Amino acid sequence: MLILDCPYCGIACDETELSPGGEAHLTRFGPGSSEDEFEGYLFMRENPRGVHFERWRHAHGCGKWFHAARDTMTMEVFGTYPAQTTEPPAELRKTISEKRPGWSWRDFS
Amino acid sequence: MTRYSAFAVAREAFRDHQGWTRAWASPEPKRKYDVIIIGAGGHGLATAYYLGKNHGIRNVAILEKGWLGGGNTGRNTTIIRSNYLQDPSAAIYEKARSLYEDLSQDLNYNVMFSPRGVMMLAQTEHEVRGYKRTAYANALQGVKTEFISPARVKEFCPIIEIRGPRYPVLGALWQARGGTARHDAVAWGYARKCSEMGMDVIQKCEVTGIRSDGGVVKGVTTNRGDIDCDKLGIVVAGHSGHVADMAGFRLPIESVALQALVSEPIKPCMDVVVMANTVHGYMSQSDKGEMVIGGGADGYNNYTQRGSFHHIEETVRALNETFPIISRLKMLRMWGGIVDMTGDRSPIISPTPLGNCFINCGWGTGGFKAIPGSGWATAEMIAKGASGPLAAEFGLDRFREGRFIDESVAAGVAH
Ligand SMILES: Cc1cc2nc3c(=O)[nH]c(=O)nc-3n(C[C@H](O)[C@H](O)[C@H](O)COP(=O)(O)OP(=O)(O)OC[C@H]3O[C@@H](n4cnc5c(N)ncnc54)[C@H](O)[C@@H]3O)c2cc1C
Ligand SMILES: [Zn+2]
Repeated sequence: MLILDCPYCGIACDETELSPGGEAHLTRFGPGSSEDEFEGYLFMRENPRGVHFERWRHAHGCGKWFHAARDTMTMEVFGTYPAQTTEPPAELRKTISEKRPGWSWRDFS
Repeated sequence: MTRYSAFAVAREAFRDHQGWTRAWASPEPKRKYDVIIIGAGGHGLATAYYLGKNHGIRNVAILEKGWLGGGNTGRNTTIIRSNYLQDPSAAIYEKARSLYEDLSQDLNYNVMFSPRGVMMLAQTEHEVRGYKRTAYANALQGVKTEFISPARVKEFCPIIEIRGPRYPVLGALWQARGGTARHDAVAWGYARKCSEMGMDVIQKCEVTGIRSDGGVVKGVTTNRGDIDCDKLGIVVAGHSGHVADMAGFRLPIESVALQALVSEPIKPCMDVVVMANTVHGYMSQSDKGEMVIGGGADGYNNYTQRGSFHHIEETVRALNETFPIISRLKMLRMWGGIVDMTGDRSPIISPTPLGNCFINCGWGTGGFKAIPGSGWATAEMIAKGASGPLAAEFGLDRFREGRFIDESVAAGVAH
């Protein structure tokens, strides 16, 4: 059972309280973007083996969106952070580096 | 290789079964092959088999990081059907289903294809309309299905409670020649034939890199050394994104866990396959008597081959209503597989941005049924260097062009 901390409520939520929202930090491309950009935004995914960043919603709680950093090979959760950001916080990246030296995800490492 | 037959069984019975030979060889990899297939699941093995059988290409290696069929091919609930809505899907799944009909004879290996009939229950008005539409579409596609009444559902499967209360059975889409097959046997049967044709089926050989020169594939790097090839087929299901990354391109795929479970064995009580898509559960009875139950997929990326327990709970809770008989059954085993879900939930059979490198993936929660047809189409693509009619609509470019094969939304089906 996956357990994530809701950064707003400050409580540990069982995954049945949450709904998954897919890959995090996607740039939304719209009209005027190139075909590559639009296809990438809509369909192309990192789908990494290892460190991953994703969006979750505290659906049966406060109802708000947040982010989580997780390892898809071990299910270890590195941390969660609020939705109002376009990149993982530096502190969390440091925590991940301690646990998974040399990790990278898109342009982050 | 020994030919399997009633005569062979009798002959061996007289000599203490000393005459059976190994079903396939386990050779060391050669330096170079005409074609390398990565992944010895059903789709990879079938691709190799039809490369040899239909196109005469036999200098082929199939590289598997684990053991034969240890991926999703050996983890699935073995439902075979071809009652899809869209024409490209109906064509390839029906090709596969019809190949299953005499696959045992073709491979000289009993894959235990059992066309016992597949019933997809309509438990909402929406599903009734959806399945009627599918039945009409199937009639035009030449796929034999029909929409049947609740009374006939009860006749085919007396253990179903058709009156609800929450989800009464309002009818069903019935495919009489759908059914099940033995999953391992499909992998083993293809592997044996590939080996017999002189191909190298190499287990415990993990591809860790893909080498190219000037945008054209040259070979692979493995834990057993470098192996060269003229053409490469990537057929690794849940690991497609990872292997595509080695080849330098991205995929519209996410890997998630899908689970199944079996009950303790009971006496025969159900001789059809029943799928209940509204409640995300489906069930059949194995030859050993276990009730084989499949559930829904998780909603987040995962490579651990373990899924969330609440999905099992939801599935069993929902099935309990439709099959009250299972409420006292003990569940014996549960397991998960990592399935490759595409943006439109339809598979990909396609050339790739890397020259002479082809990919077959994205079968997600429902590719066991497709194995022979998919192998047929992928072999044709690799042999000719371009997709044939069965594969044409399943190209990677459809995501860019918006030509989706909108099967999952249209038919509301999971498997
Ligand atoms: C629980 C469950 C129930 C299902 N039920 C059904 C059903 O009822 N009906 C149906 O039609 N389908 C069903 N499916 C889906 C079906 O199992 C799959 O679509 C199908 O088996 C995929 O076959 P494959 O050959 O593509 O993949 P796999 O069988 O997964 O084979 C891929 C192989 O590639 C190997 N590999 C990966 N990476 C590498 C590497 N780097 N080097 C070498 N080898 C590598 C893997 O070890 C694996 O053996 C179900 C799946 C699951 C998990
Ligand atoms: Zn909250």
